[in-house]
Amino acid sequence: MFDLTGRKALVTGATGGIGEAIARALHGAGATVVISGTRTEKLDALAGDLGERAIAAPCDLSDRAAVKALAKTAVEQAGGMDILVNNAGLTRDGLAMRMKEEDWDKVLEVNLTAGFLLSQAMLRTMMKQRHGRIISITSIVGAAGNPGQANYAASKAGVTGMSKSLAQEVATRGITVNCVAPGFIATAMTDALDDRQRETLLSGIPMGRMGSPDDIAAAVLYLASDEAGYVTGQTLHVNGGMAMI
Amino acid sequence: MSDIAERVKKIVIEHLGVEEDKVTENASFIEDLGADSLDTVELVMAFEEEFGCEIPDDAAEKIQTVKDAIDFISKAS
Repeated sequence: MFDLTGRKALVTGATGGIGEAIARALHGAGATVVISGTRTEKLDALAGDLGERAIAAPCDLSDRAAVKALAKTAVEQAGGMDILVNNAGLTRDGLAMRMKEEDWDKVLEVNLTAGFLLSQAMLRTMMKQRHGRIISITSIVGAAGNPGQANYAASKAGVTGMSKSLAQEVATRGITVNCVAPGFIATAMTDALDDRQRETLLSGIPMGRMGSPDDIAAAVLYLASDEAGYVTGQTLHVNGGMAMI
Repeated sequence: MSDIAERVKKIVIEHLGVEEDKVTENASFIEDLGADSLDTVELVMAFEEEFGCEIPDDAAEKIQTVKDAIDFISKAS
């Protein structure tokens, strides 16, 4: 099950914990994986570790010309494109009253606009192939909101709306467009929490634990597979039950 | 038949998977050749690629038949 042999994928934000897990999962299922990120050294190390069928393509997603160039490079180097995973994302948290316009713009640019530009570029290739998968990593906060994250929540809700629209536009061409919305995932960020903060956080999760990057990667792997061909325009919430929507 | 007409028809035949004799100059992509709105977008993109020209959105909307496409591309190139 979930054999991606011969498929070509692009994963953005592959140097982050979740992005790396996604790249490893798709690669492990047989796909050729183009991995993108800003930290070149880490990217090269991951590509080296994955070995064959892994191509590092550094890119700053806040630069629109670079985003378009990445789309072109990825298709050329992989020899096509079947699976686009819009995983890259950043936060510039702050209460709305104090949020700087540049922090709003930066988050929308990287989390939403770059995802749109990559989707738009890849759709050309996918339409011709009559096959494609676009999977965006959103967040529970896109649906539920979160104080201090007006920009981030807006960007993630934006990606959800965009995905549903794209899903309707290209459904007849064998292309599906879906989202995976993580809840709390154990990363370097959550490691920094103290015991009391951790306890408060976990009390809101029926599973009583945080998720792992592999939990997200498994959801992406499913949506990328042929088996998920009838699933489109959906958000798969992977959050230990902390929100049931 | 002009070279442009030949190439346009070839793209239409390949893209829409229709019989050659159905692709007459007056054939409408949507009404006669079974295209949907996405097909027309893809056709315009294929024409742009083949002829190295840009077809603006307002012109693309008016390209509804094989002849429309041939006429536009003849003028543009």
